Amino acid sequence: MAGQHPVLETRGLTIRFGGHVAVDAVSCRFEPGTLTAIVGPNGAGKTTYFNLISGQLPASDGQVLLYGEDVTRDAAPVRTRKGMGRAFQLTNLFPNLTVLENVRLAVQARTGLGLNLASMWGSHVELVERAENCLARVALAERRHMLASALSHGDQRKLEVAILLALEPEIFMFDEPTAGMSVDEVPVILDLIHEIKAGKDKTILLVEHKMDVVRSLADRIIVLHQGQLVADGEPAKVIASPVVQEAYLGVSPAGSASG
Amino acid sequence: MIASLLSADFPRSRILAVALLAVFAGLALAPFLFPGTRPLDVAAKVCVFILLVASYDLLLGYTGIVSFAHTMFFGIGGYGVAIALSRMEVGWGAIAVGTAAAVLLSLALSFLIGLFSLRVKAIFFAMITLAVASFFAILASQLSNVTGGEDGITFRVPELLRPAYRVLEQPLLGVTVGGRFVTYYLVFGASLVLFVALLRVVNSPFGRVLQAIRENEFRAEALGYRIVVYRTLANCLGALVATLAGVLYALWLRYTGPNTTLDFAIMIDILLMVVIGGMGTMYGAVIGATIFVVAQNYLQEAMKAVSGALKGVPVLPDLFHPDRWLLWFGVLFVLSVYYFPAGIVGQLRARAALKK
Repeated sequence: MAGQHPVLETRGLTIRFGGHVAVDAVSCRFEPGTLTAIVGPNGAGKTTYFNLISGQLPASDGQVLLYGEDVTRDAAPVRTRKGMGRAFQLTNLFPNLTVLENVRLAVQARTGLGLNLASMWGSHVELVERAENCLARVALAERRHMLASALSHGDQRKLEVAILLALEPEIFMFDEPTAGMSVDEVPVILDLIHEIKAGKDKTILLVEHKMDVVRSLADRIIVLHQGQLVADGEPAKVIASPVVQEAYLGVSPAGSASG
Repeated sequence: MIASLLSADFPRSRILAVALLAVFAGLALAPFLFPGTRPLDVAAKVCVFILLVASYDLLLGYTGIVSFAHTMFFGIGGYGVAIALSRMEVGWGAIAVGTAAAVLLSLALSFLIGLFSLRVKAIFFAMITLAVASFFAILASQLSNVTGGEDGITFRVPELLRPAYRVLEQPLLGVTVGGRFVTYYLVFGASLVLFVALLRVVNSPFGRVLQAIRENEFRAEALGYRIVVYRTLANCLGALVATLAGVLYALWLRYTGPNTTLDFAIMIDILLMVVIGGMGTMYGAVIGATIFVVAQNYLQEAMKAVSGALKGVPVLPDLFHPDRWLLWFGVLFVLSVYYFPAGIVGQLRARAALKK
């Protein structure tokens, strides 16, 4: 499917807010079957980088390429239909719809059924089944008739992931999927990411703060610091590198890297 | 059967179910239950406004679009048949032509308004619709050789719908079966069919996307829905139904003028009916429009009775003078919003859900 092109590539991707450069000329390629963790201190531009890739923010400069095709000018819904899927850091749901409806909307988005005015919502059994299947994978099946707003924080995070699964994307973008979850809830999500990774054909991007999570999941780590890509490589090497020690952990060895 | 008719969207509250059945029975049998010109006028107006308010609920309650142009589309429908029936040979053909022209104009306008302004923030969209609607109202009052200006247009309807026409020689159960009877059931039947259709739309896959847009526009877009398409379509649908409601109302009144269709006061009334009934419920339109229209027509009489009974007491008769009906109407409205923030339907459903 990918040919000689990487699944996803950013070239000199930049966004400026006034004088502040939040993401600064980040060039990076992402290959299928790999999980890339994006790390960096708060305010390093990780989520902004995600927003640029998935189209929530317009790039000031540079390009986003999907299978070699320039999608920089495409709006977010177009990129989603081309295979990008995003789970948000701040829970981003339809609060007054049920859990099942939330996921069903994502399943439906892939079918083009959204413009069907004449049939009953409940009559599309196959969509409901697919939605229920996604909910089962995040252990939310028994809460499917609750309103999304009535879920606990951890369950809302799980629902966010279920919605991402329902989109069946080629590129999974997780933005701190386990943030704010209780300890016993975290494994459900991590196992799921493992499972997606084990399929070998999906590209996974993960923004994560917890270093143990990153170590256990990532094939590769890239480090953002003040909007710039400062390190890229195997997890063990990157974590050990002086650049990361300074940028991420705040330790400042002699001969520090550019900022 | 019933599930399919209601699109599986049940009242979900026993009180609400009873109230809806009562309204339905009352309207279905209005010519028999409430004989006389005035009650039938009120019943027809209730039918038309249920439809008008339901179509507005599609925008406000389901999609979260605040539009002030709804009366404009209502007016386009009214003027469409009025102009056709007063210029062409009176007949069903003229009604068809007038309706078709009105629908096309409404669809074109709502499409344009949609494209122009659905990309901007909600408040600007509301302002744009307000401006367009005001412009249209001024246009209608100025183009007096076409629209009759402030006087409006009084027109003749096909023979079958004329008051003097008799379908049956003998009264049926004491009710004259004539032109008014036929017109009433035309209005009632068309309103019912269109209401059921709207109920289906809001419970279709499309309708859920509209709710998703209302709930979280950003997220709906991230799922891959192009919200401009959905909003524009919702806008056009709302305009279409409002136009048809305008046609029905004009046929009932045999008159169209600024005061019956384009007046901004009617826009406010529609807003109140949606809010009182309960936004985003469809059934709220039934309850809201019924209470509102009936109160509008009978509150004055009720107050006249109260005022008469209080004769001799200082101040009070003045307070209940029929001319003060708007004051009391306002008080009723404030109380209902205070005690039923989710509207009557929303409140009833919440209560029923708690009991479970």
